Amino acid sequence: MSSLILRTAIRYLFPIIVLFSIFLLLRGHDEPGGGFIGGLLGATAFALFAIGYSVETSRRMLRFELHQLMGVGLLMATLSGVVGLILGEPFLSSAWIEIPIPGRPEPFKLATYLFFDIGVYLVVLSITLMIVYALAEE
Amino acid sequence: MNWLIVSPIILPLILACIMLILWRHPVWQRWIALAGMIALVGCGAGLFGVVYSNGVQSEQLAGYGAPYGITFVADLFSSIMVLASAILGTAVTVYSMTNIENRRESFGYYPLLHLLLLGVCGAFLTGDVFNLFVFFEIMLMASFVLLTLGGERGQMEGAIKYVTLNLISSAIFLAAVGILYGMTGTLNMADLSIQIAWLAENRPEELPLLTILAMMFLIAFGVKAAMFPLFFWLPASYHTPPPAVSAIFAALLTKVGVYSMARFFTLIFTHDIGSTHLIILVLAGFGMICGVLGAAAQNEFRRILAFHSVSQIGYMLMGIGLMVMLAHRDDEVAHHAVQMALAGTIIFVVHHLFVKPNLFLISGVVERIGGTGELKKLGGFYKSEPLLAIMFLISALSLAGIPPLSGFWAKFILVLAGLQLEQYFIVFIALLTGLLTLYSMVKIWAAAFWSDAPEESPVHNAAHMAHARHGLRRMIYPIAVIAVIIVLFGVFAGPIFDVAMEAAAQMLDPAAYLDAVRFEEFSPTLGRGEEVDS
Amino acid sequence: MEIILAIVIGALYAAGLYLMMRRNLVKLIIGLVLLSQAANLLIFTAAGLRSRNAPLIPEGETYPVSDFADPLPQALILTAIVIGFGVIAFTLVLFHRAYQSTGTDDLDQMKATDT
Repeated sequence: MSSLILRTAIRYLFPIIVLFSIFLLLRGHDEPGGGFIGGLLGATAFALFAIGYSVETSRRMLRFELHQLMGVGLLMATLSGVVGLILGEPFLSSAWIEIPIPGRPEPFKLATYLFFDIGVYLVVLSITLMIVYALAEE
Repeated sequence: MNWLIVSPIILPLILACIMLILWRHPVWQRWIALAGMIALVGCGAGLFGVVYSNGVQSEQLAGYGAPYGITFVADLFSSIMVLASAILGTAVTVYSMTNIENRRESFGYYPLLHLLLLGVCGAFLTGDVFNLFVFFEIMLMASFVLLTLGGERGQMEGAIKYVTLNLISSAIFLAAVGILYGMTGTLNMADLSIQIAWLAENRPEELPLLTILAMMFLIAFGVKAAMFPLFFWLPASYHTPPPAVSAIFAALLTKVGVYSMARFFTLIFTHDIGSTHLIILVLAGFGMICGVLGAAAQNEFRRILAFHSVSQIGYMLMGIGLMVMLAHRDDEVAHHAVQMALAGTIIFVVHHLFVKPNLFLISGVVERIGGTGELKKLGGFYKSEPLLAIMFLISALSLAGIPPLSGFWAKFILVLAGLQLEQYFIVFIALLTGLLTLYSMVKIWAAAFWSDAPEESPVHNAAHMAHARHGLRRMIYPIAVIAVIIVLFGVFAGPIFDVAMEAAAQMLDPAAYLDAVRFEEFSPTLGRGEEVDS
Repeated sequence: MEIILAIVIGALYAAGLYLMMRRNLVKLIIGLVLLSQAANLLIFTAAGLRSRNAPLIPEGETYPVSDFADPLPQALILTAIVIGFGVIAFTLVLFHRAYQSTGTDDLDQMKATDT
């Protein structure tokens, strides 16, 4: 589809959508949001490129190959669960380290669940795009 | 220690991820896949060792106690199944290196194989009904793609039937899970066992609904296990993919259905043994006869094998169905015979898990050399491949139940249990089916191995033979290893029977299972309360 | 409320099964979608429909407010929807490829592998 309006709009929408999807991903730690919904939203940004330009453009925008992205995401999510096992807790137990931030009373807690969520984000993003591309390339 | 329980799930998952990252290097994937399978055998053996010496083991994911968290339980039956699946997975991986063409390899054959193993092992080990659904779906998704990998026309047509029927079964499973949750308020299998026993005792008016629910689960698992009236997807699809895929499907997919059925109808739905298990027994009898008669009408190597699976599933269900006698007799002899029947089911499942795939693997070699699976166009394999012929004989005679091979003991135990329970009719069907199985196997033997190769067969073409023999060793070795396992299985039938009896005892008396699961008091603030024994 | 939902679920099952019995591939897949949605709705209904408090623990408390709703069915349905989404997407691509390789969308024409 070569609509000038769509193409122009995508250029401005793309960074906003990606930014918002990352915002949703990080917000999901304590509040509504999370890796799944963030990944879906991120995929729509790239899907827009596939619709407005072509699947090739969209693939180039992504830079990474989808299978590899999915592998990295899944590996990240799994390994975040294995951390618990290494610490002697059951699989998928949460573990975190506290990083003090100057100028803030509360330290920043870096938890394994964050990596789990990022992994989910990558998996959802890549699988959704895989489906979109497969159907768009027909 | 408890990492062993989750290791058969984590290991294939991590390896599948690594193989996905190495998407462009199928040759690396081969060796990673092989190393992963061997490691999985190690995990399975370790788990079996721990369960055998220390009793039933359990693990609560993320430390949230039962019935709120996700439970993983390993008892003898499930750990035996994990170990056997891993051994078979290793053999099939080696076989695949020659059997699977490069174009299929480069579309992620090996990661999918590991994902399939992940789903299968997860279904064996999980102690939560909804989790079982999830692992079923993982297994199904991997099998869908494996079945269609390559995209030939026959594969597509077979896959449509396979996918549709399995999706219907998943929808029924899901609906049954919903109703079960509505009735009992829990989906933890150990907790369900307690709740349903309580319902059966205190709320007799709920019993009919429970029985309907049991039938919904029976249908859901029956489709996956290719039980008698629900088996049509199996002969329509199993002969379409490459033989390595047929082999792993025949080994694992139906077994997961049988395993789930055995688990549900010993641990959870024991409120009305007289009617539910009678249905299983009747369907088992029909399955045995229908499968073997269907196979007798076929004239293609792999179609015969696929139809035979239906009758073999009948034997496995027979052991579960014989529990029906507990509703009518409550003496020592009946209890022992029922325990023996369940042990027979376990032995049969493990025996079939090796024998049937081995026959599929042999059919792959025959198709590679002979160029086709049509029995009429094959011949001369006894002369040209004597070793292969001997390995076929071992597997085929074991399938038919000739002593002293594994199949004989599996059938012998089931028949003995049936005789002790005075179920003469089903015993008669089982023996008749064995005889007819022999007929089909002899048919393959006579056509493909014993007779001379027909004129137009490609075996007379030197160029074709040189191509077919290239890398053939990697297909022969796994077959030989499984054949040795089948023989050893028959030789060490005594110790194997003892282990199976112990596994059956664990299933018949859920106390050990319930003890192993750590229940906890409700403590919403931490999610991890004081652990109390059930 | 239960009665209305029960009728809706029944209608979804009926429509889904009816569509699956047609010979057309597209109707088959729509039937599958309806069937899985009916199952989701069934979980939702079977777990109990009542207006209750949210299952959240107020600040400074250790227990949620009494008579709170059960959050589990929704988690189950969410998981089932995600799985269903993946499976249906795969089925869609599969049916499309099957249509391309067989040249027909009539299930009765696809009998080559039957026995």
